Amino acid sequence: MSQPVIEINNLGKQYRLGQVGTTTIADDFKRWWHTVRGKEDPFLKVGEENDRSIKGESNYVWALKDINLSVNQGEVLGIIGNNGAGKSTLLKILSRTTSPTLGEYKIKGRVASLLEVGTGFHPDLTGRENVFLNGAILGMTKAEIRRSFDEIVAFSGVERYIDTPVKRYSSGMYVRLAFAVAAHLEPEILIVDEVLAVGDLDFQKKCLGKMKDVSSEGRTVLFVSHNLAAVKSLCTKVAFIEKGKLFDVGPTDRIVNTYLSRHLAQSSLKRKFEEQDDYDNDEFKLLEYEVQPLDGSENIFVNTAIRINFKFRLKKEMASFYTGVHVNNLYEECMFITTASPTALSEGIYTAGFTIPANFLNDKTYIIDAYFVKNSNDIVSVAKKLIKFEVSDTQRVEGQFMGEYIGAVRPKFEWQLNNTNQ
Amino acid sequence: MKRRENNDYWDIVVKPKTTLFQLNLKEVWNYRDLVMLMVKRDLTAVYKQTILGPLWMFIQPIFITLIYTFTFGQANLTTDGIPPILFYLCGQTFWTYFADSLTKTSTTFIANASVFGKVYFPRLVMPVSVVISNLMKLGIQVTLLTVIYVYYYITTSQLQPQWVFFIFLPFIIILLGTFGLSLGIFLSSVTTKYRDFNFLITFAVQLIMFLSSVVFPASMFSGTKQFILLCNPVAGCMEAIKFIICGHGTYSLTHLIINIGITAITLLLSVIMFNKTEKSFMDTV
Repeated sequence: MSQPVIEINNLGKQYRLGQVGTTTIADDFKRWWHTVRGKEDPFLKVGEENDRSIKGESNYVWALKDINLSVNQGEVLGIIGNNGAGKSTLLKILSRTTSPTLGEYKIKGRVASLLEVGTGFHPDLTGRENVFLNGAILGMTKAEIRRSFDEIVAFSGVERYIDTPVKRYSSGMYVRLAFAVAAHLEPEILIVDEVLAVGDLDFQKKCLGKMKDVSSEGRTVLFVSHNLAAVKSLCTKVAFIEKGKLFDVGPTDRIVNTYLSRHLAQSSLKRKFEEQDDYDNDEFKLLEYEVQPLDGSENIFVNTAIRINFKFRLKKEMASFYTGVHVNNLYEECMFITTASPTALSEGIYTAGFTIPANFLNDKTYIIDAYFVKNSNDIVSVAKKLIKFEVSDTQRVEGQFMGEYIGAVRPKFEWQLNNTNQ
Repeated sequence: MKRRENNDYWDIVVKPKTTLFQLNLKEVWNYRDLVMLMVKRDLTAVYKQTILGPLWMFIQPIFITLIYTFTFGQANLTTDGIPPILFYLCGQTFWTYFADSLTKTSTTFIANASVFGKVYFPRLVMPVSVVISNLMKLGIQVTLLTVIYVYYYITTSQLQPQWVFFIFLPFIIILLGTFGLSLGIFLSSVTTKYRDFNFLITFAVQLIMFLSSVVFPASMFSGTKQFILLCNPVAGCMEAIKFIICGHGTYSLTHLIINIGITAITLLLSVIMFNKTEKSFMDTV
C-alpha cells in the first residue's frame, strides 16, 4: 500500500516586488509593531494573484497561494504551468531553500534536489576532493561517498583527471562529474527542475534514465518541466499550477489536456470576418477560416490530421483562380508552401481547403499566410499571419528518443529494417 | 531502505514560523561529515597553487610582529614588561583568530548564496566550520608563539606564567571565538537585506583592533577609561591571556563576568537573527 510521503497544506508564498530599499524598513517596522501587539501581520492580507503581465496595485504578490497537495510513495509527480506560474517556487520551498509564508508541509524520508548539478564545486579543489564535498553538501555521509566513489568516477568517465583541479576541466567534464555525484544519491524523494533544458542529449538521457530508476525502486520523484513529452512519458500524476494556484491535479493525460486547452485557447482555430474592411475589396471578400482537428478533439497533436478551410466570396468572375498558403514558423521563416490548382470560377461563395496529414507537422507553433491569386500571379487578396496554431507532442513510448525533434516538420515515413547478413 | 511502520511519523515538518531559538544542533551533528570537509576545504583551498603553502600562516604574523616592534618601539609604547616581540606576536595571533572568526562568518549568507539557493543543509554548518578551521589555524600559529615564548622564558626572567590559571586558557579562547562568531553571524544576517553593513565591517574590524589592547596594554589607561576598555570582550580576553601566560595584564573577575555577559547577549541576539534569516534569506539576498 502506498502512503503519502509529502503532504502540503494551504501553502502560500508572498513576495515583495521591486527593489529592496527604504520602504521595506517602514514595512518591516509596521510588521514588527503588529507582532509585538500580538496582531496578525498586516501584509498577509494584501497581495495580488501572480499574473506577471498585468500591472498590479499592490507591491506584494502571492507567488503561491492555497496549495494543497499530497504525494504518495513511488509516484512520479509532474508539475506543469506557464512561465512564472510558481512551479519553481514550489520546488524551492519543498527542497527547503526558502520557507513558506503561510501553511505547512510534511515530508517522510530524505530529500535530494537536482535543481542544479555541481553545486558547491570549488574550482581550486581536485575532482576527488569535490566529489566528497559535493556529495556531503547533497546530504551523503563520507562513508556513503567512499563506498560509491569508484562507481561515481567510472560513471563520469573522467578517471584520468580525477586529481586535477576542476577549474582545468572542460565544461562537459565538469557537468559529467557533477551529475555522477548527484546520480549516486539515494534519496527517498528526488526533486528535479528543468534539467532537461540544459545539457546535451546524452545528459538528458542520463537524467531521464536516472528518474526512471529512482521511481522503479519505489521512490518518489517531483519533476518540473516544460517538456510535455517527457512529462507524459514519465509521470504518473500531474499538478497544473496557474497564477500561483493549484489549478488541477490528477492523472497525467487528463491534466496535460486541460493544460493544453487552456494554454492554447488564445489562438482561435475558427474566425468569421463580418466587418467590411477585413480582407475585402471589389473582387474578393474573405468570410471565414477554420482549422479543424479531424479526430474531433480540440487540441492538435503531432499525430492529428487537420483540415484548414477558407470560405470566401468572389465578386467577379475569374478565368483562373487559386488559393495558396505559406506555412511559417514563429520566426516568419517559410516552412513550406502548398497551393490549389488554378480553376475558372464564377461569382459566388466558395470554400477552399486542404488537409495536413497526421504525423507530418512538428510540435511547434505555425503561422499561416493565405494568398488568393488570379491569372497565375496577380494577387487578389493576401491575409498575412492569418492563422496561428500550435501542435503539441504526444506521449513517447519508452525507449524512444526523448529530446527535442528539430526540423520544420516531423514526417513519419515507412521505414524498413531488413537483415542483410549473407 | 528501512520501512517506517508508524504512519504518522514525518521526518521534516516545515512551518512558516518557528520558535526563536530553534537551532537544530542535532541536524548539524548529522551533517558533521560536511562540516569536516568544509574545514578541510577552508584550510587547503587557500594554499592551492602556492609554493610556500601553509608556511604563510607563519610568515604573516612574523612580519606583522616585526613591523609593530619597529614602529611602536620607536614610538616608545609600553609593553607592560613583556618582551616587545612576544607582546606583539601574542596580540597578533589572538587578534587574527578573533578577526577571522568575525569577518569570515560575516559573509556566510552572501558568499554562499548560490549554494544555499540550490541545496538544503543546515545553514549553521558554514559558520561552525569557519570557527573550527579558525581554531585549527590558531593551533598552528600558537606553535610559533610557543617557540618564541620558550626562548624568552629561558633567556630572560620577565615572564611569570600563572600556572594555576592555565586551565582557564581554553575557556578564554572559546569566549573570544564565540564573541567573533556572534558578531559575525549577526552581521551576516543583517547584510542579506541591507548591504550597508558590508561597508561597516571592513573598517569596523580595524577600529576594534585599536580598542582592544592588541598593540598596547590596558595598563596604559587608568580609572574609568581602563574599566570601560576592559568591558570590551576582545580587550578583556587579550589582557586575560597575557596575564595568564606572561603574568603581566590587567584583568579582574568583574570584567570576566561582564565579558561573559556581553558575549552571551550578543550570541543570543545573533542566534535569533540567524534563525529568522536562514528561513527566507534567499528572497532578500
